[in-house]
Amino acid sequence: MTFPTMLMTMASGMLRTILLFILTLLGSIPFGMLVVACKKSKFKPLAWLTEIYIAIMRGTPLMLQLLVWYFGPAYLFGWKVGKFSIFGLEYRFIALLIGFVLNYAAYFAEIYRSGIDSMPVGQYEAAEILGYSKPQTFFGIILPQVVKRVLPAVTNEVITLVKDTSLASILTYEEVFSLAKQISASQTSFLPFVVAGVFYFIANYVVAWIMKALEKSMQYYK
Amino acid sequence: MANTNMEIENNQDKIVLKMENIHKRFGHLEVLEGIDLTVKHGEVISIIGPSGSGKSTLLRCATFLESIDKGEIVYLDKKAVTTSNSGKVIYSPKAEMKEIKQYFGLVFQQFNLFPHWSVLQNVMDAPLKVLKRDKKEVEAEARVLLERMGLADKADSYPCNLSGGQQQRVAIARALAMKPEILFFDEPTSALDPELTIEVLKIIRKLAEEKMTMVIVTHEMSFARAVSNRVIFMDGGFIVEQGDPEQVFGNPSRDRTKQFLKSYSEQA
Repeated sequence: MTFPTMLMTMASGMLRTILLFILTLLGSIPFGMLVVACKKSKFKPLAWLTEIYIAIMRGTPLMLQLLVWYFGPAYLFGWKVGKFSIFGLEYRFIALLIGFVLNYAAYFAEIYRSGIDSMPVGQYEAAEILGYSKPQTFFGIILPQVVKRVLPAVTNEVITLVKDTSLASILTYEEVFSLAKQISASQTSFLPFVVAGVFYFIANYVVAWIMKALEKSMQYYK
Repeated sequence: MANTNMEIENNQDKIVLKMENIHKRFGHLEVLEGIDLTVKHGEVISIIGPSGSGKSTLLRCATFLESIDKGEIVYLDKKAVTTSNSGKVIYSPKAEMKEIKQYFGLVFQQFNLFPHWSVLQNVMDAPLKVLKRDKKEVEAEARVLLERMGLADKADSYPCNLSGGQQQRVAIARALAMKPEILFFDEPTSALDPELTIEVLKIIRKLAEEKMTMVIVTHEMSFARAVSNRVIFMDGGFIVEQGDPEQVFGNPSRDRTKQFLKSYSEQA
């Protein structure tokens, strides 16, 4: 295999990595907000259930969770998931998305919660005195400040996600790490791993740059 | 002409706030033990007293940031809270409370401006979003208010770029923009150094001259003496003494008041 061929093959894997990365973010960032809303719910059973969910997501390896989402339905209910698909997506990919989104949403929820809890009570009191409704207070006054507060922690999590997408290789999803392993084995060369490393590094460099620009755009106030 | 005079007279007798037999407990700690407070239109009342005497809690109860355990609160002629014979505290329905909440404003010790908004936005947002008023009108009024606060050139600044005294004046403008009938101040200068304190006190004094109805919790004794119509000394959840500032400061009738005021003069 020539170097350019290998590079092209791995670039196509990188596209799958990026697809998984973007879809996971699109799912987990808003879902994390729903999770934190449930955790803070006054309806106690819901709050407890959410707590258990977060504990499991954070307490077990993501790789194990991916295996459970993929093989669980077959082992537990005897469902034949191999033939199952939504919008032309095979179940393998759906299991990956479920696993990644649920796992990352738990982490994002905890980040959001810490941000919300760090808001001074005076902000709520000032809003209350001025007559703002609860949704007006949350969306107009609290949330914009929380976004600024949690951005550095979110950046960390997003960078981790870029690298965590390599866990998808456990379900033989052909993202860049999975391809690197295959090519390395067939060509008895370490070079594919070096290339994969460079791909991840560049991706994270771009992510860090975007997040920094976002942080900068909110630096006009303290 | 006679009519206008009558109106002014009526206005002066208008009771803006009436609090009766207010009790408040935090756990086993009785913070307010039966406070009565009536505020008439145009009155400026200073509440003084040692830390933990309940004066801030009284303001927080008056503004519904804290619920009360017993008593009655009436704004103008609208009952906000009553206590039934069986001792149950009943707050008015939500819609009515919303209306009542527009009668008062509160200026906090820590300012509590919204840091992500410019000074002008801080002053304009509540009239726009809460009162749903016209933007042009609100902006014109907000600029006049900032002018009165001596902050006309700071309209586009953000709170983090202002001094504490400037921030507190923005907070006062923000409260005034809602056109409250009565304005509460909860130790408005306690977070400020003496120089900044003066600029905030000047503004409050100006409001007093304009007959703004105000209740001020403060540790600034000479200010309280100069500006108020009535001074209330609180200690241990009770009103120990109240009256004309000259009488309370110059010739206090209670030993506890004398002792408290003496600690201030010793400090100086």
